[in-house]
Amino acid sequence: MNSTTDSKKRLDLHFPKHFTIILVIAIILLVVSIITSLMLGARVVSYQELMDGLFYTNQDSYGANVVRKRISRTIFSLCCGVALGIAGVLMQAVTRNPLADPSILGVNTGATLFVVCGITFFNITTAGEYIWLALIGASITAVFVFGIGSMGRGGATPIKLLLAGAATSAALSSLVTAIIIPSAYAQDQFRFWQVGSVGSGNWDSIKIFIPFLIVGLFIAFLSAPALNALALGDDVATSLGIRPGVLRFFAIVAGVVLCGTATALAGPIGFIGLLATHAMRFVIGPDLRFLIPMSALAGAIILTFSDVVGRLIASPGELEVGILTAFIGAPILIILAKKSKVRSL
Amino acid sequence: MKNQSVEVNFIMEGMRRRKRRWLFVTTLLVILAGVLCCAMLLLGNTIYPIHIVVRSLLGEEISGANFAVNTIRLPRMLAGVFAGFAFGVAGYVFQTMLRNPLANPNILGITSGSSVAAVFCITVLHSSNSVISIAAVIGGLLTVIAMYLLARGGAFSIGRIIIIGIGIQAMLDAVISFLLLKSAQQDIAGAIRWLGGSLNGSKMSELPPLILVVLLFTPVIIIFGKQLSILELGEQMASSLGVSTDRMRIILIVSSVFMIAIATATTGPIAFVSFLAGPIANRLVGVSSSNILPAGLVGVNLVLFADLIGQFAFEYRFPVGVITGLLGAPYLIYLLIRMNRKGEL
Repeated sequence: MNSTTDSKKRLDLHFPKHFTIILVIAIILLVVSIITSLMLGARVVSYQELMDGLFYTNQDSYGANVVRKRISRTIFSLCCGVALGIAGVLMQAVTRNPLADPSILGVNTGATLFVVCGITFFNITTAGEYIWLALIGASITAVFVFGIGSMGRGGATPIKLLLAGAATSAALSSLVTAIIIPSAYAQDQFRFWQVGSVGSGNWDSIKIFIPFLIVGLFIAFLSAPALNALALGDDVATSLGIRPGVLRFFAIVAGVVLCGTATALAGPIGFIGLLATHAMRFVIGPDLRFLIPMSALAGAIILTFSDVVGRLIASPGELEVGILTAFIGAPILIILAKKSKVRSL
Repeated sequence: MKNQSVEVNFIMEGMRRRKRRWLFVTTLLVILAGVLCCAMLLLGNTIYPIHIVVRSLLGEEISGANFAVNTIRLPRMLAGVFAGFAFGVAGYVFQTMLRNPLANPNILGITSGSSVAAVFCITVLHSSNSVISIAAVIGGLLTVIAMYLLARGGAFSIGRIIIIGIGIQAMLDAVISFLLLKSAQQDIAGAIRWLGGSLNGSKMSELPPLILVVLLFTPVIIIFGKQLSILELGEQMASSLGVSTDRMRIILIVSSVFMIAIATATTGPIAFVSFLAGPIANRLVGVSSSNILPAGLVGVNLVLFADLIGQFAFEYRFPVGVITGLLGAPYLIYLLIRMNRKGEL
């Protein structure tokens, strides 16, 4: 009896090295990113104006109003970052594949196709309606890509999944082009939606986001310990009392809900999951019980910072965050490809 | 002794049979291409009988027919023929060299490199067609060089090259989105149509560079392509058979990139032609022989056929790239599934 509680205790207390320090640093970074996101942009607000905007609702200076506008944007970008960060971890865990990311696997393109169909054929314009289309598109594509990628010998190897994703992406993009070309209206709408940006985030989109985010987070946290076991292989997981099929299904559902929602509301933002997960795995190791929350944090930090940088680089306009993350993320993908052993590709 | 001569006879017979098949298929493709060319010249808003088209082409003054045939349909047809040939040959070279039908210029991001340069010229510099062509070639070559530099070091791995290509493509696509986003409304339609790949508005004056490059590099590729089939046996095998793999690879890559970039600059990236032509040619002729010419001819047929469908099959006139995309996408997925089943990845 004693020994079992003992071992349980040890299991629970097995924190990664320097976990507290890393957590503190991450939280500090998060706070800094939030503050910079509130203060910086086309118009830089002062500390006084920031305080006015945040805490004194009766203050009506220009700066305070700017801050209030930026609050929704910042919260929205945090939500997106969390969602994409977790979606990345889940997909990597489920596929046991370090290169998995919603954008690389073509899930974003699937969501895009459905949204474009909605814009063109059904005159859908509100985010509340987009989101269901995007979710359906993302789910179908995810199932499809995983299905193709895991066929044949060796299961879902990184290269097979990646190729399946790239090929599906290419196929779906040509459908998207075919749909938007006859309609000038869709072309104009699409070129803005096609580049992921958190600039469109407002309280309405946050309200739509929150329920999906909670569902996704809930499933992700619940499945973390089981996913840890899955990392040891299906046989080991089964012998530990886990049903790999069921677990995979739920984890993928959570991942797709998270990244599909983010895609529907913000447009396709790539590589956040890849970046967040790898950064965190590098510092705290592969234990998913820690990796999932920390990647969520990292995703929020990276996305918010990227957004701020995008606003600063192209001031007084802005560089959409989706473009920026592609620029940061793609080199990381290349580096990972260079580092990983040839055999594992 | 007698036994041996029987074997030799058997092999010779096989060679002759393959040669006959090659000749037969190639002739058939040429005839088919000829028929499609005629259709391109005859069909349109007004359908002209053959004798008028011929007389118009020979320089006789026939009001109406002169403009329609000589100024509109002839350049369109020639652009389709040469661009299709270039895409087919270049795609085949890449697929054979990397021993993977998925490793084509589309997926590796070379087309994206050319596209970025061309879209930049269209939307920002508003430059002339010759500048666009040159920029597209430079863009394509730079992409290949970047990819080569990144893939260098360690053992040659196709998986790594493909992943690096996907990464580069993600970045380049972000640049394209950015350019589209920042460009003026009136340039958008042009750029998107160009990105989809289109023969609309081909002018006689744009064609000489394309024709020149195709006529110049096709013999080079055919000469060096003889060794390509040896390279297909694998790196070590080729070296031991006395093929200087690096030099040959560079010559073939540079030639193919020139062809594909010039074709891309003239017509836009016509989706999937470079990907489809090789496998179709191999299917028709058999893998054992050198299929450069058939692959090019398949490319020609694909482009002309798709353009005819795009012009006449629907209410809206779709550019050729959309049709090839719709035709090619399912095949790409099918190929992927088959390769995974067979464990070729």
